[in-house]
Parts: sequence; C-alpha cells; structure tokens
Amino acid sequence: MTSATLAPPIADGTAVRARGLTLSYDGRRVVEHLDLDVPAGRITVVVGPNGCGKSTLLRGLSRLLHPIEGSIHLASDGARDDVWSLRPKEFARRVALLPQSPPVPEGITVVDLVGRGRHPHHTLVRRWSEADDEAVARAMRATGTLELAERPVDELSGGQRQRVWIALTLAQETDVVLLDEPTTYLDLAHQIDVLDLLRDLNRSRGTTVVMVLHDLNLAARYADHVLALRDGRLVGSGAPADLVDEEFVARVFGLGSRVIADPVTGSPLVVPTSTHHQCGATS
Amino acid sequence: MSAPTTLEREGPVSSTGGETGGARGVGSARRRPPGLAVLLLALLVVAVVTSIALGSKAIPLGDLLQVLTGDGDGMADRGIVEARVARTVVGVLVGAGLAVAGAAMQGLTRNPLADPGLLGVNAGAGLAVVVAISVFGVGSLSGYVWWAMAGAGLAAVLVHALAGLARGGVMPLRLTLAGAAVSAGLASWSSGVLVSSRQSFDSFRFWQVGTIGGRGLDLVVTVLPFFAVGLVVVLLAVRRLNALALGDDLARSLGENVVLARAAVALGVAVLCGASTALAGPIGFLGLVVPHVARFVVGPDHRRIVPVCLVAGPTLLLAADTVGRLVAQPSEVQAGIMTAVIGVPFFVVLVRRGRMASL
Amino acid sequence: MNADVLTPSGAVADPRAVAAEESDDLARVVRARRRPARRVHLVIAALAVAALAAVLVRVLLGDYVVALTDLLLILRGETPPDAPGASFIVMEAKLPRALLGLLAGLAFGAAGAMFQTTLRNPLASPDIIGISLGASAAAVIALTLLDAQGLWLPAAALLGAVAVSLLMYAVGRGTTLAGQRMVLVGIGVAALLSSVIQFVMTRTSIQDAQAALVWLTGSLARATWPVIGLLSAAVLVLAPLLAVCARWMRLAELGDELSTTLGAPAGRARLGLVVAVALAAVATSATGPIAFVAFLAGPIARRLCGGRPSLWAAALVGAVVVVLSDFAGDYLIPAVNLPVGVVTGALGAPLMLAVVVTADRAGKA
Repeated sequence: MTSATLAPPIADGTAVRARGLTLSYDGRRVVEHLDLDVPAGRITVVVGPNGCGKSTLLRGLSRLLHPIEGSIHLASDGARDDVWSLRPKEFARRVALLPQSPPVPEGITVVDLVGRGRHPHHTLVRRWSEADDEAVARAMRATGTLELAERPVDELSGGQRQRVWIALTLAQETDVVLLDEPTTYLDLAHQIDVLDLLRDLNRSRGTTVVMVLHDLNLAARYADHVLALRDGRLVGSGAPADLVDEEFVARVFGLGSRVIADPVTGSPLVVPTSTHHQCGATS
Repeated sequence: MSAPTTLEREGPVSSTGGETGGARGVGSARRRPPGLAVLLLALLVVAVVTSIALGSKAIPLGDLLQVLTGDGDGMADRGIVEARVARTVVGVLVGAGLAVAGAAMQGLTRNPLADPGLLGVNAGAGLAVVVAISVFGVGSLSGYVWWAMAGAGLAAVLVHALAGLARGGVMPLRLTLAGAAVSAGLASWSSGVLVSSRQSFDSFRFWQVGTIGGRGLDLVVTVLPFFAVGLVVVLLAVRRLNALALGDDLARSLGENVVLARAAVALGVAVLCGASTALAGPIGFLGLVVPHVARFVVGPDHRRIVPVCLVAGPTLLLAADTVGRLVAQPSEVQAGIMTAVIGVPFFVVLVRRGRMASL
Repeated sequence: MNADVLTPSGAVADPRAVAAEESDDLARVVRARRRPARRVHLVIAALAVAALAAVLVRVLLGDYVVALTDLLLILRGETPPDAPGASFIVMEAKLPRALLGLLAGLAFGAAGAMFQTTLRNPLASPDIIGISLGASAAAVIALTLLDAQGLWLPAAALLGAVAVSLLMYAVGRGTTLAGQRMVLVGIGVAALLSSVIQFVMTRTSIQDAQAALVWLTGSLARATWPVIGLLSAAVLVLAPLLAVCARWMRLAELGDELSTTLGAPAGRARLGLVVAVALAAVATSATGPIAFVAFLAGPIARRLCGGRPSLWAAALVGAVVVVLSDFAGDYLIPAVNLPVGVVTGALGAPLMLAVVVTADRAGKA
C-alpha cells in the first residue's frame, strides 16, 4: 500500500509485475534490481544457468522470501495489489507454488493430499464443505488422478506423484501457478506428460503458469514467454521464437550452439557445439 | 552427501596441500611446518605441568621436581603429587583416546556431529556398570573396567549397526537422533534398576560423572593394552578414512576394501571408547570438539587430523580438569561436567553455522 | 498401470459427457476422503473407551478391590456400607493416581505427536530432544539444592522446558532447515543437562539423590488433588489451542515452502510446538518425564489409524499406556512397587529401537 503512488498501474494482460526486485538468500544477494512482467493467461518459463537465481526468483514471487528492495504486484480487475500487503491466505488464494520435491506426509492418500490445497479457502469457522469436494474433484479430474484417489501417495510412481502435486496446486484454485522445475527426476516421457498437462490446464482454464525449467529446448517448446536470467539479472525476455537464437544461448549460457527449427513444433531447437563437435566440422 | 564441514572435499589423494605443491608427492604432503607440532607439544607440556602443580593445594615447582626425581621421600606433599601424576596420566590416555575415537567416528560416519557420548556409547557403558553393581555386586573401579568396556563397545556396535541399516547413506541428523534414542533407551533401563536399589545408586552416581581423578596407576596398567591396540588400529586405518570420506561407492571404485576398512575403524573406535570410559567414566563432547579444532587448523586430511587429536585431546581434557579443580575449591567440578560445559556451546555453534546440506 | 502417462487430461472432448461424469467424480472424491476419516474416528472412540476402562481397572482392581457400585457411591460422596475404608483409599490413593496418569498420558501423547509431525521426524519427540530434560534439570535443581515445594516445582520445570525451547528456537531462527537444527540443538542441550543432573546428584545426600532419581524416572506417587487440578486446568486450556494448531500441523507436514504458500507461514506452524512444550512441561512437572510415552504414543496411534497421524489418538494412547503401566508397576511383581517410568522405559526401549530402524529404512529420520 505504501508504494501505491509510485508503482505504475499494471497494463492489461500482466498477471504479475516486479519492479526493482532484489532478493537475497543465505545472506547473499542472488537477484538484483529485476524488472519483469508475467503475461496473464500464458505460460512463462524462467531459464538460465545453474545458480543464476531462477529458484530464488520463484521464491520471491511466491512470498517465501521478503525482497530487500523492490515490489511485486498482482493484477486484479484492473487494479493491482502489492503482494506483501495481502494476508497469507488472501495471497494463497491468488498464487500457488509447487516447490521442487516437497516432502510427502507419511501414509497420506491422494485425495487427502490434494485436499490440503483447500486450506486457504477455510477459516476458523468455515471448515470443509461440498465446494471443497467439488474443487478437489475438478483438480483430480483435470490431472487424471481420480483413479488413484484412495492410494497412499508414497506408493505412487514419480510421474503419478507429480500429477498429484499439480492437482494440489490446482485445488488451491488460484489465477497464478508457480512451479519450480516440475520435471526434475522424471524420465523424458513423463517430462512431456507433465508439460502437456500444464499446457492443457493453461489453455482450458486460463491459469497463468510460471515455471523454472532446466531444459532450454523444452522451455522453447512449451513457453509462450521466456525470461532468461544470468547472475541474478534479466538478460532477455520475450516469445521463444523471437528470443532464442545462437547469440542468446551464448549470452545466457556461454555455450556455442546451432539453433534450428524443431522438426515437430517449429519452435527453436538448440543443438550445442563443443570442443569435439564444432559447427563447421561437418561442412 | 555433503557434510557441513569440509569433510566432503577431502580425498585419498590429498590435493589440499597447496603450499607444498604436488611435486613432493602425496605421502609427504604437509601443509603446516613443524612449528605447529612444537606448539601443540608445548601446550601439552604446560597442561601436564599445571595439572600436577595446581589444585586445591598448589605445589611449588621446585618441590614438584624433587618429588618426581625421587628426592622428596620425606615431603608432606608426596601423596598429593603421586595422586596428581596418576590423574594426569589418566587424563592423557583418556583425552587421546576420546579425541582420536571422535575423529575416526566423524570420518567413518561422515557425520560432523559424531561423538562417543552423543552416539550412545556412554549410556551403554553406564548400563553395563549398573548391571555389574546391582546384579553381580561389583564394587570397585577395577571391577567396573571390564563391564564398562564391554558396554561401551556393544553400544558403539549397536548404533553403527542401526545407522548402517539405513539406505542411501547415514545422514548426520539421522545418526545423531539414533544415538540419542539409543542413549535414552539404555539410560531408562539403568534407572529402572537403580530406582529399586539405593546402594547401587550410591555407587553409580559417582561413577556416572566422568572424572579422571581417584584412579590408581594399577588401573591404568590394566587398561593400557586396550589404548595401545585401539590407537594402533586407528592410526593404521587413517589413510582409509580419507577414502571412506568420499562415500562408499567412490571409495570402492578407488580400490578400497570398504567393508574391511569400515570394520577396522569401527573396531578401533569401539576399543578406544570402551577403554576411555572404563578408565574415567562417561566423558562427553571431547570427541566432538577436538577433531573439529584439528580440522580447522590442519585441513581435512585425516593423516594430519588424527595426530593432532592425539596431542590436543589430552591438552584439552587436562585443562578442563585443572579448571574444574580450581573453580570449586576445596571440592571439584569433574572433568566430564567441564567438557559438557565447554562442548555444548561449541556444538550449538556448529549446528547453527553448518551448511547441513545433507540433513 | 499406465494411467500416469496416457490418461487424457483436462481437455476431454465431449462437454456433455464431462458434465455427466462430474457427479460421479464428486461421489468418488467424497467416498475416498471419508473412508480413512471414518477409521480414525472409530479408533479415537475405541481408544477413549480403552482409556476409561484403564482408569476403572486402576481404581477398582489391585491389592484392594473396590466394587463398581461402591465406587459410584463414593463418587457421590456416600460411604459404602459394606466397605467403610474404601472411601479413603479411593479418594486419597487410587483415584488421584489414575487421574494423574490419565492427564499426564494425554499431555505427553499429544505433545509428542505434535513434535513428530511438525518437525517431520518420528524421533523428534520432547523426551529425546531435550525439552523434558530441561524441565527435569530445573526440577531436580529446585528439588535438591533449593528445597522447592508445592507449586515451585512445576514452575521450575516449566521454566526449564521453556528455556530449552527458546534456545532451540533462537538457534533455528533465520536459517535454512530450521526444524532440523532445532532438533540437533535440543539433543546437544539434553546431553549437557543430563551432565548437570548427574553433577547435582553427586552433591546431595543419597536420600535426596534417590528421590530425584525416582522423580526423573517418572512416577505417579505424588498424585494429590491440587496437582491434578493444576494439570487438568492446563490440559483444558491447552487442548483447544492444540486443536487450532493441528490444522497448521497438517500443512507443516508438506514442508515449509508449501505450508507458507498455502497461507500458513512456517513460523506459525511452529507455534503449535510452543503449546506442545507447555503441555509436556506441565505434565513433566507433575509426574517427572515418564520415559518414552511422548516418543511412542505417536507411532502407535499412527499404526492404529492406518498410517495417518492423529493428535487425539496419540493423546489417548498416551493415557492408556501410562495408566496401565502404573498398574503393572504396582502389581506385576509382588511386593515390588516400580514407578511407572520404569515400566514404560523397559517396554519402550526395544520398541524405540524398532522405530529407529524402520525410520531409517524409510529414510524419514
């Protein structure tokens, strides 16, 4: 609220806006003076080399880290809210986060775990209601986890488990979902499966998705919007087709590469070169 | 695995000796000049001398020399000096034993928080002594020795076995909690026995506060072979500790016989803990603090840590004991209490500052 | 089972089919959610009956058997005609002991389960990580060195437990993995405190030391009505608070990050630990730290409830265990009266080793 006079109004089509964002983790400044806009209803993917501040940025956007400087605003009906002016549950009804490999409570069943996502919609007096059951059913249906409803989560495979976690964040029924490397520890088939699922949800529900991905090619294939970080600074943002080229890969990752069109989707496909495999070697 | 200390960075091929360069070969790599050795030994000498000279009755250095050289037959202080010499000898042995055992334990379990006391060894010795007193009517320190040794050894084996059942490596928190749980279990059996027997408790309550005082040299002679065996085993295995610190899989691929190496070190640790506890009763935290100080000074190579512990352990224990004698005159605060008082703040700092990546 | 790969997700083709299936899905969710919940409710009800039965066994049976009808008369303030002495024995010895055991068991069980669940570690109960020892050390010092009597003893115990908890909290604050650090500091402090207790014990007469040892083992022998009044007041105040915190506890199970983004910041989830500390401390001050009750009530209750933690089930398990162990300690070996803590300790130690091993196996410890 204090910064209301300073922050520019959020233009249509922006779900989250950060200005001058500086975040520190374990006493070290990881993200410095970052300005970024997350387009509403789109899939935004954050990419960058190890230690560039991707996860820290996501922690900042999800209120796990209080910024040292700067502000984060959420769009709501043309107005904007400073995220730190919201009460924890208010914020939790608007932004959901799926951390990287959260702990699974012992012995919990799938339906119970997904139901935990309803917490922000409860108060001391208003407990579980039919609306909650409906939200859980919707979330489980959308993620294809209904068949697993009564199974203990610790018995599921990695791919099934990840779907259940996504169901939990969906049950939260927020406009924005943040995901920290949702494909880690999954094999390629399950990576594609999870990313397809997220895109389906984004397209059918209009949920704004922000995720960190390691794989630049998958990022280019699934993102509407790419944010590239290096050393805690934003070094590029835009649609993958406009953004990802050889110069971009060299600038962000310090890696020589050829960028070709993905034969399946037409999105940019990065083929790295190395000391053993130079670009010109074959020509 | 990555422990909060620099443990994970060490290797069997010591690359840490940057100042000496690789040319001198790994075997002779020494980061610090002999000056460190001289300093450590000098500190030990100071600790030994003050341990003999100071106490509820200070003894002038001249008299001390007289008694020690055998000229002081008629002197009134002779008895005191003899008792203090015995006490100092016990302190040197126990200090060295616990510090070396602690270093080996930390290396073996890759757990910077390992300590014979925290891992249930003391509680095991305690239960064995309780059984000895109340069931078998053992009533003397020399009688306790064997029981304490067996109890400590068994508890050490038990905790390692429990921790070894874990898949995917032993994490510091897990092992420490297992040790705490085993300690609690053994202690509750001890008090179960003691509650119904006042006489046993009266003997036990003085044993369970670890002290290096009141032990005769005859007792030292009884236990000495065990110290010798334990120290030799650990010193011989010191090179293997460096390999084990990299994790079992990597150690194996470096050609180490992991099972044998672990068993040897564990045996050495059990014998050292047993002998120390048999001689002095339970003394905690010494095995935690000294290896950390050593690692701070000489880096992560066990071939340097263990010798430093060998000298610094006795120094710290004697210093703690001497201070304990001075602060509560004419009585004393036992060394086992003093080490806990020194050790816990140290432990807290360690927990607070550690990176804990592997918790 | 390939459902995870190939199930058609969100964008199913026919909207009418979706609408028709929606009520099926809802029914399925409701069914899946209620079945385990019903089991937990049943277990809690059964445990409540068991706790009541345990109290009755403790009061009615033993060396001096009291008829149920006589007990009812005594409770109404009348003297049973055929057993005139029964009134005194029930009101001054048997009933206070049973009630103290019931209350202490409830408090230990709930506090232990709260710790284990919130810190996500089956070994992290107040009796392992130093809270109980904080209470004990303070009480032993008060008992032997300061000759404390009456309410000073519980006050000292509470102070000790709170001091240890504050230290743990201060160390964990502002660091990553605060929960784990808290646990470790608790263990270190516990080691120091047991040294302090041992030291104090060498400084007093053997009578005082023995009294302190009995107290340290945990005993219901000092059950008096004022103590019971104090403890039941504490339980009545703290139990509703615990119920509120239990909601946060269920989120704390998901880790600090999810808990925060679901609207319950991790620090708030740890408020439940404050309540648990208070419960454990008050109970400890009344009975001494009864070995392993806090530690084992949670895992036992969890097993009964089909793998899910339940605070109330854990509290009731604690109550049943304490009351029955006290009974066993009195009458199991003829002519020997063992304090309740000896019985729970002897039974609990092997069970605890089993928990350590299985926790290691699951990689959860």
